Amino acid sequence: MVLTQIGWLHDGPSVAAAFLASLVEFVEALTVILAVGSVRGWRDATLGAGVAICALFAAVAILGTALVRLPLPLLQLGIGTLLLLFGLRWLRKAILRAGGVIPLRDEAAAFTRETARLRQAHPAAGWDRIAFGTAFQITLLEGTEVVFIVIAIGVHGGDMLAAAGLGAALALAAVILLGLAIHRPLARVPENTLKFTVGLLLSAFGTFWVGEGFGIAWPGDDAGILVLIAAYLGLALGTTALVRAQSKNRAIAGVR
Amino acid sequence: MKLLRATVDELLGLFVDDGSFAAAIVVWLLAAGLTLPRVDLAAAAKGAILFAGLAVVLVLNVLRRARG
Repeated sequence: MVLTQIGWLHDGPSVAAAFLASLVEFVEALTVILAVGSVRGWRDATLGAGVAICALFAAVAILGTALVRLPLPLLQLGIGTLLLLFGLRWLRKAILRAGGVIPLRDEAAAFTRETARLRQAHPAAGWDRIAFGTAFQITLLEGTEVVFIVIAIGVHGGDMLAAAGLGAALALAAVILLGLAIHRPLARVPENTLKFTVGLLLSAFGTFWVGEGFGIAWPGDDAGILVLIAAYLGLALGTTALVRAQSKNRAIAGVR
Repeated sequence: MKLLRATVDELLGLFVDDGSFAAAIVVWLLAAGLTLPRVDLAAAAKGAILFAGLAVVLVLNVLRRARG
């Protein structure tokens, strides 16, 4: 049903943006849940993640009902602004990482850090508060990001919301399958490339929604998103090249 | 309570980690929101101006951070 609703040429960017953004979030959640499960046991880790998912569904039901009552331009402005804060923040960080200014995120190192932290805590005889709390918090947090991304990308409702939801569901399925198959953090996922891509996709969607909120009738309607994606891609690649050149010049000056 | 506080802090962190960067984005959006609907320009030009402002904010912040 959802698949027949989606026109791939029209909604492709929504599916791709939601899939890639959700993939990054689910990979980060999986790293922590695997650490909790392997150190403190799977029962409370799974319970914590499950309760967080229920809380997220409840929040979506309440928030979704409230959001549909808002006028569309106001919703586009609000969601677009948040999307820009979120997307440009990711893009900024991905450019700085690609330029070598800040280190890349390492899922294997994050897993080692988390398992070491969890081992230091006292073992629990019955209900493991630490396992439950850690799994609950990471699922709630990363899940909230996914919910925000899906709502933000599909702010128009209908096809776009279905497309964004499908993208997130595909990402969840992919991460669960990979997690079950390899039982290790997904360290080989090119996370910075994903964040770079997602940052520019979300920034493009954010600019588009804010523009619509200002009353700008984008030429080509939704195709304007593709133009914005191309513009952000050029900008991000150019800025990364500038940062790399700056770092190289500083390194040369440092050697002298 | 500690868990809730940590979760709220993390949620705020989704949108803001460099305060000046987030503030610059919001200021530009406010400025664009006040002026763009009032000026007589083609929609494409208005869109280009909106994008250009955000591009300037991003590039300046990244280069400043890269300089240390």
